Amino acid sequence: MAQQAGWRSLPKGGVAFRLSTDYKTGDWRALKPVIDYNKCTKCMLCWLFCPDMAIVWDGENVVVNYDYCKGCGICANECPVKAISMVPEA
Amino acid sequence: MAQALVKPKIPVEKQVLMTVNGNEAVAYAVKQSLVDVVAAYPITPQTIIVEKFSEFVANGEVDTVFVPVESEHSAMSACVGAAAAGARVFTATSSQGLALMVEILYIASALRLPIVMAVANRALSAPINIHNDHSDAYLMRDAGWIQLFAENVQEAYDTTIQAFKIAEDERVLLPVAVNLDGFFLSHTLENIYMLPDESVREFLGGYRRVSKVKVDYFDEEVPLALNPARPLSFGNLDLYDYYFEHKVQQVEAMKSVPEVVREVNEEWFKLTGRRYGDGIMDGYGIEDADIILLAMGSGAGTMRSVVRKLRREGLRVGLLKLRMFRPFPFKDIADKLKNAKLVAVMEKGISPGSYGPLFLEVNTALYELKERPLLVNYIYGLGGRDLVPDMVENMVKGLFKELETGLVQPRLRYLGVRE
Amino acid sequence: MVVKTLPEFPVKKGEPAYKLWIFEPGEKKEMPLVFNLRQLAETRRPALLPGHRLCAGCAAPIVVKLASFAFRGPTIVVTATGCLEVSSTIFPYTSWAVPWIHNAFENAAATASGVEAALKALKKTGRLPYDHVDVVVFAGDGGTFDIGLQSLSGAAERGHDFLYILYDNEAYMNTGIQRSAGTPKYAWTTTSPVGSVLPGKMENKKPIAEIMVAHRIPYVATATPAHWMDFMKKVRKGIEVEGPAFIHTLSSCDRGWRHDTALTLEVTRRAVDTCYFPLWEWTPQSGYMLTDRSLAIARNPKLKQPIEKYLELQGRFRHLLKPENKHLVKELQELVDAAWEELLRKASNAPR
Repeated sequence: MAQQAGWRSLPKGGVAFRLSTDYKTGDWRALKPVIDYNKCTKCMLCWLFCPDMAIVWDGENVVVNYDYCKGCGICANECPVKAISMVPEA
Repeated sequence: MAQALVKPKIPVEKQVLMTVNGNEAVAYAVKQSLVDVVAAYPITPQTIIVEKFSEFVANGEVDTVFVPVESEHSAMSACVGAAAAGARVFTATSSQGLALMVEILYIASALRLPIVMAVANRALSAPINIHNDHSDAYLMRDAGWIQLFAENVQEAYDTTIQAFKIAEDERVLLPVAVNLDGFFLSHTLENIYMLPDESVREFLGGYRRVSKVKVDYFDEEVPLALNPARPLSFGNLDLYDYYFEHKVQQVEAMKSVPEVVREVNEEWFKLTGRRYGDGIMDGYGIEDADIILLAMGSGAGTMRSVVRKLRREGLRVGLLKLRMFRPFPFKDIADKLKNAKLVAVMEKGISPGSYGPLFLEVNTALYELKERPLLVNYIYGLGGRDLVPDMVENMVKGLFKELETGLVQPRLRYLGVRE
Repeated sequence: MVVKTLPEFPVKKGEPAYKLWIFEPGEKKEMPLVFNLRQLAETRRPALLPGHRLCAGCAAPIVVKLASFAFRGPTIVVTATGCLEVSSTIFPYTSWAVPWIHNAFENAAATASGVEAALKALKKTGRLPYDHVDVVVFAGDGGTFDIGLQSLSGAAERGHDFLYILYDNEAYMNTGIQRSAGTPKYAWTTTSPVGSVLPGKMENKKPIAEIMVAHRIPYVATATPAHWMDFMKKVRKGIEVEGPAFIHTLSSCDRGWRHDTALTLEVTRRAVDTCYFPLWEWTPQSGYMLTDRSLAIARNPKLKQPIEKYLELQGRFRHLLKPENKHLVKELQELVDAAWEELLRKASNAPR
């Protein structure tokens, strides 16, 4: 881990100086969503509802960004065609 | 008030002589200071500031947005929001109102928001009392605010304008409380000199300029404000890994304050011909004094008149008026007091179970000296009890007698209380 | 200008996966309200970045995400102390892609008042480089129903132009599930535990949205993230009206409500289906109007589900499903029915 900033270099006023995208929450996951692209209708509801912004629309498909997915399973539950299954992490 | 040796930029004949009370003086100062947002709640003895300012708003004399909040807690909360959005912000309060604000006072200073607040000093309940003492100011001494005390109405006006300049200085970026004694100053008419509007604006450099900050996710420095062009997050959660550093940062910012207060005091002097000692404290007859009285606020005026009289009678007594209570000028105080035989810390506040808060600071300041003056603490004026010159005179004469006997006890005393 | 600290997730078409919201000074375009999700996905990014540390399955980030899809342009977000605040801005990180401020617990509305006043002052003196900067508050039930009610009421009375979005998870979840004025009757919490004498919280939920209606502000609505289109429409309306707007969203907390993380939206959907949490909006002109699923239920009462359908998913109501507590469920059903009937009488678009 990088050396943490001391008081001399921290920005004034306690404003955050990094974006949370540097913090990977994917390791919280116990179950992993796997999308069956044969079933997926690209309805986008999983993208819309994902609380962790971990489902990304790449322009052609919805793709899971496992760096952030916490494995809550909302996507699988909300998928109208049940194209997402929650698989235990290896 | 020192006399100008060089002609000030705006000589008195170009200044406006007005008869106003302390609250009105503060309201006029705010009106001239291009303040963007005033959020305040009425409380005696501060109310006139809000009333007067509301008149300016109602008559379209200012561009300021006035937020008539539903409590002091919300007043300071709105000030925090407005200052974070880049506005120059002012509020005013007293006593219970300040007590209600305390939570947010700490936040305002930690977020480094240059808010200016007038405090018309008043006693704290219970018993409820609307009159003057400094209990409210002492309540916020650890909140990370700069605390300045005015001795008279002129100083309240001058200090309010100066406060914006001090608060917004790059080296400082901290909120400032301008204390004026409730009723003694807030409601007392004095003739004062006001600057023309343009001079105040020029002194402050126009509207507030937001300082800049560097965060990792932007290449260049960005304005330290809520800015849709360069989003920043204010008021984050710090855990044990950063809270300590942020607090030290605040402490370090305080270290720059005396220098800035002195500079602003001198600049004001060049502009107006008025200055208040070096901006931090103002001594009167202290060079050769055996006994020095140390005081803040309007009481210093009464004490100065007594000191003047007693010096004419040949008593070696002096007065050190302290204008800046936070940050506390430990070294300067020790320098000024080091040759005295006895120092009486005169204050309008008490911490039950301890001494007056000012006394503790002075005591700490003197500890650094190899040979220290004796130190006594006089609590006076609680709840608006008047300080009569005779009381001070008898007190000083008594202290000289005690000095002769060499027995100065007890250290904590009251002036003007019945047993 | 922006340092490349944002992850470059491969995107073939449209915006990068994650971005900050940057409105250069002078930029005056209004973002359209888009319901075509593919179009939305290619053109818009939420105001909340990933890497926030809200629990898996928390509804609060969904509330923020959906609301931000309905923002119309430059927006400053104010957040009260609470789960959302502590989990989205753990120093040195922030999850906020828009300017954001947290002040304290009870003063989100007062803080927003100050931000709005500052914007007004900057605009008045020609120093605001935008036509309009919207102010949106996110606050939980503790910061709204309880400790923040005075500040909210004051700001509403003063008429500041901001949208206040309550994400109501019906208890003090940030401190570990203590009862609030937003906790429903007979719910278990750690300070309204189910004991041998008391069956959970003994008091009713405070009707916060109706308290805001009583302020006669320009817009009040209820919403859930599950009814996303309805919610987004309401957010846009709340932003567009001049003056204070208030949206009460039901925001499930799987830890406190004791349900599977995957059921977060399902449970709020059932809250609407059972009429425990009807969807409506109110304006001084139109009065109460039912929306979305609640309007459908009003038109077709057969769609209304029994309250058990809502209770059965949640551990906090598990004790109510025991045979000896049947009368409590009946009482809750009666409360829900009475409130629903009253709403039907008040709603100008309910069938007569």
